[in-house]
Amino acid sequence: MFIIGERINGMFKDVAKAIKEKDKAVIHALALKQVSCKANALDVNVGPASANPKEAMEWLVKTIQEVTDITLAIDTTRQDVMETGLSLCKAKPIINSANANEEKMKNLFPLAKKYNASIIGLTMDKAGIPKDSEGRMELAMKLVAACVEYGIDTSELYLDAVILPVNVAQPHAKEVFKTIRDSKMLADPAPKTVLGLSNVSQGSPMRYKNLINRTFLTMAIANGLDAAIMDATDKELMDSLITAELLMEKQLYCDSYLEAY
Amino acid sequence: MERLIEKWQDKISEVVIGAKKPITIGGETGIYFIDGEDKCPNPPCVAMEVWDMEPEAWPETLKSNFGSALKDPVEWAKLCADKFSADLICLRLASTHPDTKNASGQEAGKTLEKILKAVSVPLIVIGSSAHEKDNEVMAHCANVAKGENCLFGIATQDNYKTLTAACLSSGHSIISEAPIDINIAKQLNILICDMQFPADKIVLHHATGALGYGLEYTYSIMERTRLAGLSGDKMLSMPMINFVGQEAWRTKEAKTGPKDTGILWEVATATAYLNSGADILVMNHPKAVEQIKKAIKALARA
Repeated sequence: MFIIGERINGMFKDVAKAIKEKDKAVIHALALKQVSCKANALDVNVGPASANPKEAMEWLVKTIQEVTDITLAIDTTRQDVMETGLSLCKAKPIINSANANEEKMKNLFPLAKKYNASIIGLTMDKAGIPKDSEGRMELAMKLVAACVEYGIDTSELYLDAVILPVNVAQPHAKEVFKTIRDSKMLADPAPKTVLGLSNVSQGSPMRYKNLINRTFLTMAIANGLDAAIMDATDKELMDSLITAELLMEKQLYCDSYLEAY
Repeated sequence: MERLIEKWQDKISEVVIGAKKPITIGGETGIYFIDGEDKCPNPPCVAMEVWDMEPEAWPETLKSNFGSALKDPVEWAKLCADKFSADLICLRLASTHPDTKNASGQEAGKTLEKILKAVSVPLIVIGSSAHEKDNEVMAHCANVAKGENCLFGIATQDNYKTLTAACLSSGHSIISEAPIDINIAKQLNILICDMQFPADKIVLHHATGALGYGLEYTYSIMERTRLAGLSGDKMLSMPMINFVGQEAWRTKEAKTGPKDTGILWEVATATAYLNSGADILVMNHPKAVEQIKKAIKALARA
């Protein structure tokens, strides 16, 4: 399982404050904590409130790379901020994210080529998020076609079937599972699948959020999920992930399987 | 048509054995001998077995190759290293078993010291498989060979702590053994690493079955281990060893079959293990060693 740590995001108050005050220590600590919790990559998002997102992205990427050379997922909707982030990455970066909107694909896939980046593709377009798996698959096909068009290996594409909060969009989870299963048939090599996990529990009571997240994650793993943007520092979530992978025979069992991960 | 070449995400760890003429094993980036997949950075090597007492149960066809050297482990080791071109010597401290001569750790240590002086090839040192006695003998021997970077064995799930501590303090590598059980193999490696033992000083042994005596079980478990290791399982990405000679020459075919059957049995068993990913083959008959070295060259070149 490829784990993309979600914590360095300006939506979190501590990160927003650190960006504003240029407090490196907070970012260093968050980066190292996630790496020590087995994150394979770190998401980097300056947040909506940033006054100068380009400068903020530059500062975040540089600050993180003062303590780790791990893969970074540059998370922004702005083209110029994306390119700034990608150009600074020491390790092969991830673009977070494109979607099936023509203009988005035209802008971002060439960047993936230029910076040898993997690319997350959301199965949504201008019309929004399809309500079922068939609609998602149509958009997934467009994203796979864009890979071929721009000369990007299909295994570099992470399809995100976009989960919506369960409290308002309950029928979506099972459509997402079906999309994860079906998208493996779209190309050879198969595109990978990813989910922005915490979205599933948005708006649910605090006391249930973690439970919803980890139940959803284990079910998604059972359906073949390859990667997740998630809170790597949530120990119960990580333990569930490792156990789910074990049950799917992705890891070999041994009595100390949790420590061996 | 385009050839499909598997890309593995990880590689097998490299273990260095020996001090004077060190040998590196492991480091595979794919399945052995598949053209284009594995670069075979360190081709598998052959160790020859030397006992610290005459192996009475060995059949005459095997014994006759070594003559009077069978009574003198130092001569025997020199013979294997110089005349038979063994890459390593595997010293089996059979005399320390309570049922044989019950020799002490000190006596075994003296033999080891002499062999270390006499030959420059790296040494594998294994006990007599009597757990309690092994702990006493191996702790002493590991200390005697301090700095020689030997490969010591054999650690098992029930008996690994003393040997691990001894190897750790004297800088040796260790053989970890689980009898045809990949889950126990992984668990044992975790337990050994929990003692701060470096993972890149572990060599795996899944028990060795001779042709016709369970070879296929070991073969498939070794193959599974290698695939797990290449797929990123750090606790299984170690080089592997097989004690081919001892098993091949224990079979009734080798003991009572027509002339040369034993050699063929040993070669056939060893060849199978080469293909399942063995990095060290411990062998007995000089002719079998010669054959298998040829096979390694031919396969590694292919």
